Amino acid sequence: MKNALNVNDCKDMIRFVADKIIESKPYLTEVDSAIGDGDHGIGMAGGMQKAKEKIDAMDPTEDAYRVFDTAGKAMLMSMGGASGVIFGSMYIAGAKNSPPKSELDAADIAKMFQKSLAAIKERGHASVGDKTMVDALEPAAIAMSEHSEEGLLEMLKAAEQAAHDGMESTKDMLAKYGRAKSLMERAIGFQDPGATSVWIIIRSMREFVEN
Amino acid sequence: MKKIINKPENIIPELVEGFVSANSRYFEKVLGVNGILYKGRRKDKVTLVIGGGSGHEPIYSGFIGRGLGDASVAGNIFASPDPGAISETAKAAHAGHGILFVYGNYAGDNLNFDMAEEILQDDGVKAAHVRINDDCVSAPVERINDRRGIAGGVLMVRLAGAACDLGLSLEDTKKQVEHVADNLRTIGIAVSPGQLPGLDKPTFELGDDEIEFGMGLHGEPGIKRDKMRPADELVDVMFSHIVKDMPLKAGEEVCVLVNGLGATTMLELSIAYRRVKQLLDKAGVLVYDADVNSYATSQSMGGFSISILKLDEQIKKLYDNPCFCPFYAKEGKA
Repeated sequence: MKNALNVNDCKDMIRFVADKIIESKPYLTEVDSAIGDGDHGIGMAGGMQKAKEKIDAMDPTEDAYRVFDTAGKAMLMSMGGASGVIFGSMYIAGAKNSPPKSELDAADIAKMFQKSLAAIKERGHASVGDKTMVDALEPAAIAMSEHSEEGLLEMLKAAEQAAHDGMESTKDMLAKYGRAKSLMERAIGFQDPGATSVWIIIRSMREFVEN
Repeated sequence: MKKIINKPENIIPELVEGFVSANSRYFEKVLGVNGILYKGRRKDKVTLVIGGGSGHEPIYSGFIGRGLGDASVAGNIFASPDPGAISETAKAAHAGHGILFVYGNYAGDNLNFDMAEEILQDDGVKAAHVRINDDCVSAPVERINDRRGIAGGVLMVRLAGAACDLGLSLEDTKKQVEHVADNLRTIGIAVSPGQLPGLDKPTFELGDDEIEFGMGLHGEPGIKRDKMRPADELVDVMFSHIVKDMPLKAGEEVCVLVNGLGATTMLELSIAYRRVKQLLDKAGVLVYDADVNSYATSQSMGGFSISILKLDEQIKKLYDNPCFCPFYAKEGKA
């Protein structure tokens, strides 16, 4: 079990997360087909594949934040659709303006997610309750800040639970953005695909750190 | 449903390759991204760049040419292109007088085109945008900025192309195009779902005897599901929604576009237009020009839309500008 992530750990973690998203492509497709275009899984899997390729091709670096920035830019510049900008920004904004660091501890990761959340809310204008990925990301980021002193694994466990609860909460919501918006009350009962991806990403981070 | 494709993951690159090579007299591809340039683009004006998700051909990819877009960017099926593809295409087309982006008002397009504008601005290229939001039943007038862009995009691209041709500044060009948007309304109707290549399920479900008023170009739910009825009755309902949102007075002039969504034939579209003309005649509204065709499609979706553009001297001047691309050619004023 790790208490901090060096550059190689960060690379391996992002690869691990990417593989889990790619594995979940059929599930994400199913979730998105209920209230969206059905292309969220295809988009996320494609973006994560590009992120892996760009990480493999990275110049050597001592800065762990650069790994997240590289992965995010790969997603942003390849995926398209709303999720390309939002999930690309999640990695990019988390790393933005952080002084280089060779190892990231729980507090650093918590800070990254706070910055990601702020950037995504500013760009997408979504808040908790709008049936978007913010419904999973915001509680997860808050849980990280609250539990960062308990170490990496305990922090990620709390974040995973918060993201899961957030994802579940989207089932009861009307959508304020995207295609599900025009479904009005017909979107009730279905979870948001973006929130589902957030949960998978944080769950996979926990699994990586645990094993 | 059978689709003429190879591997699903190659649909977009193969579409762009085929599209460009079939029209290589006019089109060339932007290196490295799914962008297309009009070879004969003028260098002395604002550059018009259009784009959006693929699957609606010939709009937007094909609407580049004389008096139309200078370049287009193709996203994945029904998904916006990424900011890299948009900004690279815009830079390849740019002639030094700024970029005007015209695209449909959807969450994904707005996010990606906004980001592309930021990239261009960082590189010292002036860029602005006008979003197409002609679908007048997709949101009430209080939330007009939430309205989706559908077939009226054809007229928006044409008149934006004309505004650019006038040689105005980027700011003035944008104002002209916004004025067009203020005078354009569309409503659609779906009679059967489309089938996206590479996916198993149709885009939505609709009973054999059912139709849906106001359904969007990607199968977004509309305002009312109803039983199928004769063409004239469908048109009467659609027309009433347009004039409720944009009243038309006797003596005013309009242009009309009846656009098929993919599976609806010219025969049916012509019958629908005939009724639109009757209603306009009855209201004393004059038809300056009309067009019946399938430009903004949704794969094999059945149905059509009616777009009405209200004219004033300014818009008429833009409309009279000649334009040509392999899919859309107008002489302008004879």
